[in-house]
Amino acid sequence: MNAITKALRTFGLFWWNFLVGDTPEIFVATLVIIGGALALKHDRSAGLVYIVVLTALTLSATVYRGRKRLS
Amino acid sequence: MTTSTVLLALAVFGACAVESVEALTLVLAAGSTRGWRSAYEGAASAVVILAVLVLAVGVPLVHYVPIDVIRVVIGGLLLILGLGWLRKAILRASGHVALHDEDAIYARTVAELNSHPLREQKRDGIGFVVAFKGVLLEGLEIVLIVLSLGVSSHHLGLAALMAAAAAVIVIAVGALVARQLSEVPENSLKFVVGIMLSSFGVFWVGEGVGLSWPGNDLAILACIGGFLVLSYGLVRWLRSFVEKRTGVDTLAAEQ
Repeated sequence: MNAITKALRTFGLFWWNFLVGDTPEIFVATLVIIGGALALKHDRSAGLVYIVVLTALTLSATVYRGRKRLS
Repeated sequence: MTTSTVLLALAVFGACAVESVEALTLVLAAGSTRGWRSAYEGAASAVVILAVLVLAVGVPLVHYVPIDVIRVVIGGLLLILGLGWLRKAILRASGHVALHDEDAIYARTVAELNSHPLREQKRDGIGFVVAFKGVLLEGLEIVLIVLSLGVSSHHLGLAALMAAAAAVIVIAVGALVARQLSEVPENSLKFVVGIMLSSFGVFWVGEGVGLSWPGNDLAILACIGGFLVLSYGLVRWLRSFVEKRTGVDTLAAEQ
């Protein structure tokens, strides 16, 4: 493996660990939050409530998953 | 100075302090076992690369990419980073994960470095690489936070300044107290910064897609309050599982 390939692999690995790592549910939920917010951009109240509720659910779900994995 | 500017400054400072502590632990471990010259050179090389990265990526981002696109992407990145930190902090605070212990990490790194024979030469490659990688990897997160918060709010200079201030203070404290980095309340800092990054993430995703928040910047404070209440509730809820398992009232035990 040459130096450039190695550097690219390290760079890719950094982004994979940063974005997905051991919490893929946060990555997927963030995409869903952004996609849903874009779909609801013409309805301000529904859009804002959607972002807040889904973020709260994501945090609760990822914490619960963490507890289940650790116990 | 607006509410969001003050919160931005505090968030960048806190996040960079946490990352700087983690980087400094590795530099101290490399310096004390493999020689200070190699450790300093490794750390300095990484800092130069990070500074170039901020200039090379941050400045074009500000000038050539539409601000709403930046805000959505950065809002997403902040959500991923902030929720990840908050998750870890909640699991630690509830007793499901051991608290982050810089002394243990330092001892482990020193033991690992001591297992390699030290040659008698001015520069030590292993010390250089450990310090370089430590500063570069922790620093990349700092760069992401500086770029995210700085570019989306048009305060890149302030964000970079706060990051530098946090790094300088951590280094000064590290130099003065030498290896007592466990005294820095890193777990609490991570909790607070996780809440702030998540709040900025929620705020920028909304603003980026064109949904303006009631109260404008003040909505960030409301988000912080909401995350605080939710996180406290989650910690209490998770602690109830530990209490059921061990039969100990964790809150009473702390008092």
